[in-house]
Amino acid sequence: MKIVVCVKQVPDTTEVKIDPKTNTLMRQGVPSIVNPHDKHALEMALSLRDQLGGSVTVLSMGPMQSQEALRECLAMGADHAVLLSDRAFGGADTLATSYTLAAGIRKIGEFDLIICGKQAIDGDTAQVGPEMAEHLGIPHITYASQVEAGADGAPVRVHRDGEEGTEILEVKLPVLLTVTHYGDGPRLPVVKGIRRAFRAEVDVWSVNDVEVDRNVLGLKGSPTQVRRIFSPDKRCGCEMIPGDACAAASVVATKLRELRIIGVGS
Amino acid sequence: MKINSELCSGCGACAAACPFGALVIKGNKAEKTDACTDCGACASACSFEAIQAGSGSDNGGDAHDLNSYKGVWVYLELKDRQLRGVALELLAQGRKLADEMGQELAGVLLGDNVADLANEVFANGADRLYLVEDPCYGRYDADQYTAAMTELINTYRPAVILLGATHNGRDLAPRVAARIKTGLTADCTGLSIDTETGLVAWTRPAFGGNIMATILCPNHRPQMGTVRPRVFKRAEPDCGRTGTIVRAKTKATTSRVKWIKSIKSLKESVNLEDAEIIVAGGRGMGKPESFALVSELAELLGGAVGASRAVVDAGWMPADHQVGQTGKTVAPRVYIACGISGAIQHLAGMQGSDVIVAINRDASAPIFTVAHYGIVGDVNEVLPALINEIRCATA
Repeated sequence: MKIVVCVKQVPDTTEVKIDPKTNTLMRQGVPSIVNPHDKHALEMALSLRDQLGGSVTVLSMGPMQSQEALRECLAMGADHAVLLSDRAFGGADTLATSYTLAAGIRKIGEFDLIICGKQAIDGDTAQVGPEMAEHLGIPHITYASQVEAGADGAPVRVHRDGEEGTEILEVKLPVLLTVTHYGDGPRLPVVKGIRRAFRAEVDVWSVNDVEVDRNVLGLKGSPTQVRRIFSPDKRCGCEMIPGDACAAASVVATKLRELRIIGVGS
Repeated sequence: MKINSELCSGCGACAAACPFGALVIKGNKAEKTDACTDCGACASACSFEAIQAGSGSDNGGDAHDLNSYKGVWVYLELKDRQLRGVALELLAQGRKLADEMGQELAGVLLGDNVADLANEVFANGADRLYLVEDPCYGRYDADQYTAAMTELINTYRPAVILLGATHNGRDLAPRVAARIKTGLTADCTGLSIDTETGLVAWTRPAFGGNIMATILCPNHRPQMGTVRPRVFKRAEPDCGRTGTIVRAKTKATTSRVKWIKSIKSLKESVNLEDAEIIVAGGRGMGKPESFALVSELAELLGGAVGASRAVVDAGWMPADHQVGQTGKTVAPRVYIACGISGAIQHLAGMQGSDVIVAINRDASAPIFTVAHYGIVGDVNEVLPALINEIRCATA
């Protein structure tokens, strides 16, 4: 089975701090990581390859330092890595990003399965996967938690997490899946993998290497535009309740009574 | 965005202000990199007027063509043949947008035998209902729903489409947007009309809720966005309101994905979004066993149990209890945060609550910046005392 996994290098948003004086993001020292959902996508791909044979190619779009993220995927066991990197791709919204990634996938060639993380933790849109499937003209299934592959060429069964439970769906390959969480979580890199990842080549493709319409790339080709960036509102005026645990609890109970959350005490 | 290097002093104020880390100082001059999104944060930070904000985008649409798209649509998602809460919330907010634009509000309903919902759609603010009934729409399917929505959009040309950011809404919206080749903004928490341009201003959290971004879709139609459940409040239904039903026929399509069966969750589902009271616990509870106190208080108040991402990641609580940017957005009447420090991504999911009570040992914890009432103390002492108080009060 030929599998392509799309990954993104993201700032670890749980480590982002706000400068209390200027109310702006403090980016210094914020580590770059492989988007956590993408690691689950990669784990799903590696498990399928280990079980059925085939290959796993990891694909990313981003600045040159995204190669680090791809090397981490190689260390986990991916076979090939491709980075789409060019000024022309920069500033893209989800439509332009998915278009560019789709062009990268076409160049990679034949594939059976594309697996993406549900969403990236910096943008949180969950749009690039389904949009890419549309550009490629293949079906997609979001929130996939399990894949049962049959014999060669047979449809696969996919478990999809829904709002009220799980759907079991059947689809012919090729298909694009997005994954929130897979099995026991992503495997750790092994020493052999880390050594190999150091030596392995990451293919870097520029705008000249892929077949694209340059008018729909990057910032220029993005229908959505960022108008304004600002810090979330902070409410001030928290009433601090003094006293020991019992005194404070009693005040809270009174507040809850006033709000008619608990009985009026009659 | 353009940098005038003659005016640039290389002070670096722009680089510090850039939320995307897209500016570097080279040879004592600012330079932008590929990460630039033209948000303009640098221009307002520059004291030398060396940065000219402005979009690099020149994919201008034909103004006449853009203006031929009219009206606001709300995609009406169903659950067990009933309108989901988020559909009613979006009708209320869509009504405000439509009024401001001086245009119609329409609901779009795909389903099997669902015409009886029309009155509810009108009572909640719609002027028109596009109704597509066919047995093939009895269950959500990405292929069939995308084909139907695309056909409706191409025929009736709405200016704006709002969808709920549910699992299925977030599955359908990007597929439709990519087919139409228009812009889509995910998980909005604020919607208004930009006074300057008359466009919808879509506001959403990014970077795990650390910053807010307002997005416009100037040159493509329809302007599309998804909105999380419970972000907007539904309106009081007006049963006297009426509207026009447009029965639309769509071309039959087959799906490439075959539904085999659905398995309802065995465990009782955690309905955080509809809870009136939520008691949520974080890492400050100390150990997984202490969560019994959170559950006990929640049960006593008839509420639901929430959890921070840290305790879900640590395996103390299942993921469906998670409140925050990557979990659920909630807006209960009362939210009691126990031992939650208030990472910004958690605050993004609960700060719309009517009343927030925070209990935390650390007086400088960010949770107190959004709380109405704060207690600095050990949750393992305060919670038992509170449980005891409430038991006495309700005995």
